[in-house]
Amino acid sequence: MSDNKENASNGESCCACSLDPERRALLAATAGVGAIVGLGVAAPFVGSFLPSERAKAAGAPVEYDLSKLAPGQMDTIEWQGKPVWIVRRTPEMVAALKKNDANLVDPNSERSEQPEYAKGTARAIKDEYFVCLGVCTHLGCSPNPKFLLGAESGMGEDWNGGFLCPCHGSRFDLAGRVFKSMPAPVNLVIPPHSYLSDTRLLIGKDSKES
Amino acid sequence: MNCCKTVTDKAQQALAWVDERFPLSFLWKSHVSEYYAPKNFNFWYLFGSLALLVLVIQIVTGIFLVMNYKPDASLNLAGVPVAFASVESTIMRDVWGGKYIRYMHSTGASAFFIVVYLHMFRGMLYGSYRKPRELIWLFGMGIFLCLMGEAFFGYLLPWGQMSFWGAQVIVNLFSAVPVIGGQLSEFIRGDFVVSDATLNRFFAFHVIAIPLVLLGLVTSHLIALHEVGSNNPDGVEIKKHKDANGIPLDGIPFYPYHVIKDVFGVSIFLIVFAAVIFFAPEGGGYFLEFNNFFPADALKTPPHIAPVWYFTPYYSMLRATTSDFLPFLWAFIALISVLTWRGAASCRFVRGLCVLVPLAAYWGFFGLSAFGLTVPLTALLLPGVKFTVLGVDLARGLDAKFWGVVMMGGSVMLFALLPWLDRSPVKSIRYKGVLVKTALVIFVVAFLILGYFGTQPPSPVGNILSQICTILYLSFFGLMPWYSRLDKTKPVPERLTWK
Repeated sequence: MSDNKENASNGESCCACSLDPERRALLAATAGVGAIVGLGVAAPFVGSFLPSERAKAAGAPVEYDLSKLAPGQMDTIEWQGKPVWIVRRTPEMVAALKKNDANLVDPNSERSEQPEYAKGTARAIKDEYFVCLGVCTHLGCSPNPKFLLGAESGMGEDWNGGFLCPCHGSRFDLAGRVFKSMPAPVNLVIPPHSYLSDTRLLIGKDSKES
Repeated sequence: MNCCKTVTDKAQQALAWVDERFPLSFLWKSHVSEYYAPKNFNFWYLFGSLALLVLVIQIVTGIFLVMNYKPDASLNLAGVPVAFASVESTIMRDVWGGKYIRYMHSTGASAFFIVVYLHMFRGMLYGSYRKPRELIWLFGMGIFLCLMGEAFFGYLLPWGQMSFWGAQVIVNLFSAVPVIGGQLSEFIRGDFVVSDATLNRFFAFHVIAIPLVLLGLVTSHLIALHEVGSNNPDGVEIKKHKDANGIPLDGIPFYPYHVIKDVFGVSIFLIVFAAVIFFAPEGGGYFLEFNNFFPADALKTPPHIAPVWYFTPYYSMLRATTSDFLPFLWAFIALISVLTWRGAASCRFVRGLCVLVPLAAYWGFFGLSAFGLTVPLTALLLPGVKFTVLGVDLARGLDAKFWGVVMMGGSVMLFALLPWLDRSPVKSIRYKGVLVKTALVIFVVAFLILGYFGTQPPSPVGNILSQICTILYLSFFGLMPWYSRLDKTKPVPERLTWK
């Protein structure tokens, strides 16, 4: 009884300074749990922004028939919703690549994204066929082919053929390697690809994975 | 007669009935009929009410457009994306009057930016951002950012070539953020490319999320304005001199005086607006870009892509920030730091920052190389050792691409600092000296040049001029604390001047 009385008087004195520790604790606990529940409820809203399962599934490899491509010609196909270029480079085009090395950011493609088998100067499995993601590493525009040489290309006297991004003017050579002082920081990305036969190319899959 | 008297009596009673339950008369008086604004408002003071008008135009036309628009990137039976067809075919051809509603909305977007840029320029002319109006200015900055968001999200909806590639470029800006960039841009798009998921979420942002924020900010902007009262072309406080009833001597009630002035401005504006809608709705390719009349094609970037004119100054600054520009940018940051250091003899914290900021910027720009011109120091001392943490090469700093994005965002946000950068003893340009006037002229010219080159394809001359103008743009803000203090000002009158 006496304990109860004491509690009651304590309670009164707390009321006088408008503080009730028990209720405070209850309110704090409730608010704390409420905040946790609130965070949990927020999760689906954040999660709904991630690529959906359907978007993730739509990335199957694409087959390409190389026999229809003439030397010096380029074709564009769609893989994962992005443009992929296939360029049939002439021996002269491949030979000219070395001439660009001094003006490139990353001539040996050490800092750029490509499968192991597409490193080096030509950045291809077979030097003749250059497979490349046609998406500028600056801000994702698709560069345009500029295959004419020298002044004729409108790209300057010493132009050895390559690509020009229409958005911010980044220049790439015929192995997708970016020139110095361009907005694009690294070389164009080479997607995983493999040869099913001499004329059948599979884009989106390494030979190792199969 | 008797009958009329009864009607007015009834109306009075009805108003009293409402006033007992909702402060209708009070709100009307305190914000309109007894809100005293300076009597010397000029041409520049039209753009606030015009901005409100354009907001209403955008909301009303937007509601009607949504009735026929379909945010769907899939192809219809004719092989055209549904969203593109719902704009270019349904709204533009099939819906009665749809064409004009769409033109009002698209022209309204450009008009909004014209009006808001002029409104902001007014603020800069007469020092409307100065104490005690800093919060009005900051709410205004929030409105400006929301408008940019609205314009950007809305531009994707017609799903044309420029819509698609514009969104592609801007969303990819976020991929420049170190470490989390790649996931961040995927998170924004909801896909690995700009796709149907992107279109739908941008639609949601454009029609509901941002407009709600925008309305809240506009309300806050006006509440803050009515709390402190309007500035004026003389930049003196009219509340300093009040009559016996506490009414500012140089103030006149907003209703009817300023309302009449605004109605006049609105009429002129609407005549011009209607002329554009009926005779030049595409604005020569500046209001509606020609490439946007082609449906979006994910495989082909148009030969020349540029944002709509109101984004071009910032787009130019993005393009100007290349790796060979970074040394100049660093020199600018170093200069500001030296100046700040000299002026902050008493404050250790500020002096510390003045050392830290240039050092951090140097690393961020060039890593451990000499201004990005040489190989990193580590490559000489420890060849073959990599200092890459989470995809960031510590020896090389961060990409110029990232700094371009920081430049673009940062240069917009610089306006928000104006209340604290401007150290001039006077507010209005009328009493400022030649130094500040020159700086303002240079700033406006640089802004226009940047805007022009942003509409043009990249070129060497354009690039160098954009870089010069970027430095001038930054200098206007960065050097303001010094030139605004050095400036020889004229004496400010005690009361308003007007003819």
